[in-house]
Amino acid sequence: MARTLQRTPLHDAHVDLGARMVPFAGWEMPVQYQGVIPEHKAVRGDCGVFDVSHMGEFEVEGPRATELLQATLSNDLERIGAGQAQYTLLTNERGGILDDLIAYRLDEFRYLLIVNAANRESDFRWLKERELPGSDVRDVSEEYALLAVQGPRAIERLSLPEARQFTFAEGEIDGIACMVNRTGYTGEDGCELLVMADDAVALWERVLARGAVPCGLGARDTLRLEACFPLHGQDITPATDAISAGLGWCCNLDKEFTGAQPLRELKAHGPERKLVPFVMEEKAVPRSGMPVGGGGEVTSGTHSPMLDRGIGLGYVAAASAQVGNEITIDVRGRDRRARIVKRPIYERKDD
Amino acid sequence: MSATESYPGELKYHREHDWARIDGEEAVLGITWFAQDALGELVHYEAPEGGAAVTKDQPYGEVESVKAVSDVIAPLSGEVLEVNGKVVDAPETVNEDPYGEGWLVRIRLSDPSEVQSLLDVEAYRQVVAEQ
Repeated sequence: MARTLQRTPLHDAHVDLGARMVPFAGWEMPVQYQGVIPEHKAVRGDCGVFDVSHMGEFEVEGPRATELLQATLSNDLERIGAGQAQYTLLTNERGGILDDLIAYRLDEFRYLLIVNAANRESDFRWLKERELPGSDVRDVSEEYALLAVQGPRAIERLSLPEARQFTFAEGEIDGIACMVNRTGYTGEDGCELLVMADDAVALWERVLARGAVPCGLGARDTLRLEACFPLHGQDITPATDAISAGLGWCCNLDKEFTGAQPLRELKAHGPERKLVPFVMEEKAVPRSGMPVGGGGEVTSGTHSPMLDRGIGLGYVAAASAQVGNEITIDVRGRDRRARIVKRPIYERKDD
Repeated sequence: MSATESYPGELKYHREHDWARIDGEEAVLGITWFAQDALGELVHYEAPEGGAAVTKDQPYGEVESVKAVSDVIAPLSGEVLEVNGKVVDAPETVNEDPYGEGWLVRIRLSDPSEVQSLLDVEAYRQVVAEQ
């Protein structure tokens, strides 16, 4: 049965700009406006803006909010205070990754979680089922829109004060109040602006007037892949774990949380396979699902606009996961050479 | 810079969005404006080898954009005489000039009577309108 796609408050603004709209995680989203490559380069060179209002927002509140989240999320919330944010994982009993998300600590007893659109309902159910007396989880996604403004000139173009990555503050852009989060998914400096849904169009227009280039999900994917940020549902899933995915750094295995014990064992014995970034040595574009020679699989692949080469992330046998190793990717029946590289695949050099 | 939509009247078309410029026993093949627009900026052209046989209605190569890969369907049968190396090196040439510099292969026709089965520009525009 055809499922009705949800629309963000900016839907008509995207159509007016000539965006190509596609279904994504149950939403009708812009995949590109002028083209993936120019949008990608705008973010690397100056400033781009993405509508990411499809993402979910939960508020978790109460005297036992921290206890609930410490027991369900992999990272350690005791390490951040009010005004700080943290990348973390929602894990199942086997240590599998139900979602990756950012937790924003609003105050001692209140958090905002920003989760992937595709996992919003299942994450909410998971947390709701584990609520403690004295912790309340609410899905507030409908109240907000989210704009990611990214690029080396993003902060300057928005006239925002300097701030550290993974912090946030109440702020405003040309009189429109929003929460300014120093987070993103592109590997560039920038921010994500959480705004009341009713103010979304006005904020979008002001951000464009300040010179941000509208960018679609196409460029969002190529940017995050150059930066080696995993995508949930592809590179990390409930069947993969943080240790194999190289996300051990956001798991505090000294605390108890769902799936911590299997992760400790994995860490002690070493994972069988590892998620590695690679760059093609021959002309070819790797794609999700392509086999890697010697056992393994590409989980994300694309053409890097900055390197003008095929790049990707994939799982390979741990024994052959060293940086510099050559691997072969089966590109529709043709073996093509690639090389494992350091993270990130691309990083802008400050001049 | 992408080209604007056009379908030259002197070309013959295949409903899989390929064109052929026929010159006696030879033809130059490529993909239409509609095909390149649907794919977006091309980043890879997997070309056939010189001398390879191509068969009408069968794939003879692949074109790939950032987001997707697509087979290129041969509108006519024949033998590859020349591959456009400019497109191999700079696939975006197809977006910029799909009927000129962005041609894909030149072939010697093995059965010139196949030309009868191709669409003229009006019939192809009808195919595009139905997409």
